[in-house]
Amino acid sequence: MSDSTFDLIIVGAGPAGLTAYLYARRSLLNVLLLDKGPIGGQVLYTDLIENYPGFPEGISGFELIELMKKQVEKLGLQFREGEVVGLEVEEGYKVLTLSSGERLRAKAVILALGAKPKKLGVPGERELTGKGVSYCAICDGPFFKGEKIAVVGGGNTALQEALFLTKFASKIYLIHRRDAFRATPILQERVKASSQIELKLNREVIKILGRDRVEGLLLRNKHTGEDEELSVAGVFIFIGYEPETAWLRGKLALNEQGFIITSKEMETTLPGVFACGDCVSKKFRQIINACGEGAVAALNAEEYLKEFPHV
Amino acid sequence: MGACKVTDQDFEKEVLQSPIPVLVDFWAAWCGPCRAIAPVIDELAEEYAGKVKVCKLNVDENPVTPGKYGIRAIPTMIIFKDGQVVETIVGAVSKATLSNALNKVIS
Repeated sequence: MSDSTFDLIIVGAGPAGLTAYLYARRSLLNVLLLDKGPIGGQVLYTDLIENYPGFPEGISGFELIELMKKQVEKLGLQFREGEVVGLEVEEGYKVLTLSSGERLRAKAVILALGAKPKKLGVPGERELTGKGVSYCAICDGPFFKGEKIAVVGGGNTALQEALFLTKFASKIYLIHRRDAFRATPILQERVKASSQIELKLNREVIKILGRDRVEGLLLRNKHTGEDEELSVAGVFIFIGYEPETAWLRGKLALNEQGFIITSKEMETTLPGVFACGDCVSKKFRQIINACGEGAVAALNAEEYLKEFPHV
Repeated sequence: MGACKVTDQDFEKEVLQSPIPVLVDFWAAWCGPCRAIAPVIDELAEEYAGKVKVCKLNVDENPVTPGKYGIRAIPTMIIFKDGQVVETIVGAVSKATLSNALNKVIS
């Protein structure tokens, strides 16, 4: 058996993957944790997490990840960077192909792939990313001190980040394509109480304006059909998330949006492959349920391994 | 050893006048992704020692230089060669992405 055969490979090192790793290592499995970027995932982009129990004052995403990382490091962390592009089953073993061409073998796999921010898909968005178009308020907010900016979206992330951005920007237009927000009432109340936030409801962004940097937005009123130009130096986009699961199509069941379909034991439709966290098809995507699913996935993977190779 | 620190004051001398290419990581303490990739930046400093100078510039303490290069997002990594910008990479990208960019510059 080659050196690169593991009991378990966990793909994705956010809260779900780190929790799965914690449980798997406590079961003394030979586990590899893979991620195409640094450990942490999307949580790194969160300024203050107030809904993860045990931190009454809240905690930053980076600090929460550091604590989770420390906890798994104590058990011996086998982590490496690598982007998985293929999954095959060979005689019961799951073979992952990395973008480098390297192949890694495992008896079981946990997919904790996370999700990435959805793009608006309008002209100017890609060209001006990093030049005023942003998907991370904590990283980029401080570059807009005293300026007018826009936040796009109507969910918890959009409202929370709009509130965070009031620390820097003088004025924030909160743009939402519907007439009501989906966000939790406490956030809606805080947004309405802020003198710096102006709501722009029933409006869609149709273009981001500017050559070398963002200079404004072109909005369309969904009721009247009228267009208006809004002069802003930045636009922060929080319109939801999408998984990166195109490479799994045809291997296991995905829903229409590409999220992975699992049982309540976090099994995918491919035996020995489990999934947890934001990449899973479900209604709510929170750190707390990502961690819970990570634990369940690891415990079920352990049971699966006891019976391996299931001939 | 790790990445060296540069400031608004010594940017001209340390980066623009450097005889070898320089990668500058624009970062700040409040930026989670910046802190998450910091170990990778230090590793690159070791691996490319003598071939590429790898530096970090704290945008909080040094606001002039980021303004000059139109930085509106961090982490942003800019590779300079002979005082000119040859590559700009935005976001907490993989180590492989940064290595590929550096290899292109020194090849």
